Amino acid sequence: MAGEGAADPEILVEAQGIAMRFGEQTLFEGVSFTVRRGEIFVILGASGCGKSTLLKILIGLYPPSSGRALVLGEELCRLTGRRRLAALSRIGVMWQQGALLGSLDVLSNVALPMEQHTALPPEAREAIARAKLGLVGLGDALRKLPAELSGGMLKRAGIARALALDPEVLFLDEPGAGLDPVTSAGLDRLILTLARESGTTFVVVTHELASILAIGDRCVMLDRQARGIIAQGDPRRLREECDIPAVRAFFRREAA
Amino acid sequence: MRVGEAELAERQEAGGRVLVVSGRLDVHAAASLWRQMLAAARRPGLCALDARGLSALDSAGAVLLIEAQRAAGGIALIPPELPSARAALERMARGLRAAPLPPPPPAVGPITRIGLFALGVLAAAARRITFLGEVTLAALALARRPWGLRRQELLRHLEEAGTRAFGLCVLLGTLLGIILAFQSSIPMRKFGAELFIPQLVGIALLRELGALMAAIILAGRSGSAFAAELGTMRVNEEIDALTTMGIDPLPWLILPRILAAMLVMPVLALVVNLTGLVGMGVVMGGLGVPAGLVIAQLQQWVEVKDLLGGLFKAAMFGLVIGIIGCRCGMRAGGGPRAVGDAATAAVVGSIVAVVMMDGLFALLFFRLGW
Repeated sequence: MAGEGAADPEILVEAQGIAMRFGEQTLFEGVSFTVRRGEIFVILGASGCGKSTLLKILIGLYPPSSGRALVLGEELCRLTGRRRLAALSRIGVMWQQGALLGSLDVLSNVALPMEQHTALPPEAREAIARAKLGLVGLGDALRKLPAELSGGMLKRAGIARALALDPEVLFLDEPGAGLDPVTSAGLDRLILTLARESGTTFVVVTHELASILAIGDRCVMLDRQARGIIAQGDPRRLREECDIPAVRAFFRREAA
Repeated sequence: MRVGEAELAERQEAGGRVLVVSGRLDVHAAASLWRQMLAAARRPGLCALDARGLSALDSAGAVLLIEAQRAAGGIALIPPELPSARAALERMARGLRAAPLPPPPPAVGPITRIGLFALGVLAAAARRITFLGEVTLAALALARRPWGLRRQELLRHLEEAGTRAFGLCVLLGTLLGIILAFQSSIPMRKFGAELFIPQLVGIALLRELGALMAAIILAGRSGSAFAAELGTMRVNEEIDALTTMGIDPLPWLILPRILAAMLVMPVLALVVNLTGLVGMGVVMGGLGVPAGLVIAQLQQWVEVKDLLGGLFKAAMFGLVIGIIGCRCGMRAGGGPRAVGDAATAAVVGSIVAVVMMDGLFALLFFRLGW
């Protein structure tokens, strides 16, 4: 599988006919898309359509029932040993609730991936972690424990940890969920800044309309009834031009 | 020197030495060069850091350059020519400026530390006494209006803490009796005193070990469950919800649990006592002592007051385990470890308290000649 993405080095993530079934039930099937370098790609859809499951398939936590998920040219769920570690060091994931380790302070949480993947001495890891936390606006919370942080701060710390190794692709699961509109907009701005400044590619799972329109370069929309992708493209154009009822309802916040 | 694709060199100029870094300064090169570059930067006589020749720079490399500049006392840093590397350097400098090293915590002397510890102990004692007072007031109020007790909740906890612990009590009681009888038979045999094993085991079980074993079972099974359940309710804001509905959590949640623990303990202790005596009887049978003789020995030497004293202690142990389990659950903090910590504190606190109380009871019974 290795090297298939190398055919076009600008394609960092590729879904090839991914299907996910639980027993008789099909969550989605025939999901195909590509994410190009430097893009902010949004996977959107209503609750329960399988967005987060698709994200977990992409990052190799779940094997798909059929189809392939290529990230940086590799099928992460099939890799083992050193190749798996090497591939994982090139991606970053921010979880919905931050998923910081509760027993470590924020600085140690961000330094953790460097401890696992590099030979940097402890003071180097700490300095780099400090810089990353400064970039996400948590410069004054270095020694705080995750339990002492608010929801927005947890997500920022989660982004800082995901950024620790300068990943080529950053996967974000529901960055705006549970946040007030101002904090959510601040997080969107942070994502945009990071994407524009460092050229990192983002794959964002969300159903927050404001976020989708603010940050998304391209998107795919999953639908539970259709069990797959019902629309893809620029979210702003989809909002204006798409005449598929489910897409219109989503973008115009109409009850189904 | 060359590490990976990065190279570190020095050049002499009119103003002093210049540290020159070139090539690809990525995270792996930074890892290898980190200490060496900082050591070179700290040596006196350095006038500038030249990064013009960098062909790639990631955030780890950028932080290394900034740290080296800082270690050299803020000398000039000639930035890389490559725009992306210059951008990375600027970005990381911005990040580090926004996250200054937190000042080290103020030094605390040994005397201050002892004082803080003492204050902590006093505050904890005050919290415990407050909780005890609240529970006592709630219990007195309940005694005046006993129909206010939630019977369903009481029955649920009686079942959880009592009925479901029977099997464990039977198993551990029997084993305790067998072990005590076997262990005491070895020295007793040397003096031809096997006949006295029944009263030794009987008195030990009825006065002490039955209640103690039942207390350990209750603390491990139910004390921890009280703490975990109430701790989860605290974390999920269920207790706050009850309070805002005008429902006092003490009679609603806590008194049924404490009452249940207090009521089941004598029964559990009795089960341990009886099964322990049966276990002892089995061993005596194995040693060739007829059952009739064992029963006669027990009747002659073990008195009802031994049994009653043990059961009274058991009830008190139940009360303490219930109170400690509930208190640990009610004061659970936030965070993912809160519930686990509460359960651990409940078990440890209960067992310590029970053993200490047992010591006090031993002293009391001795003075009373009981």
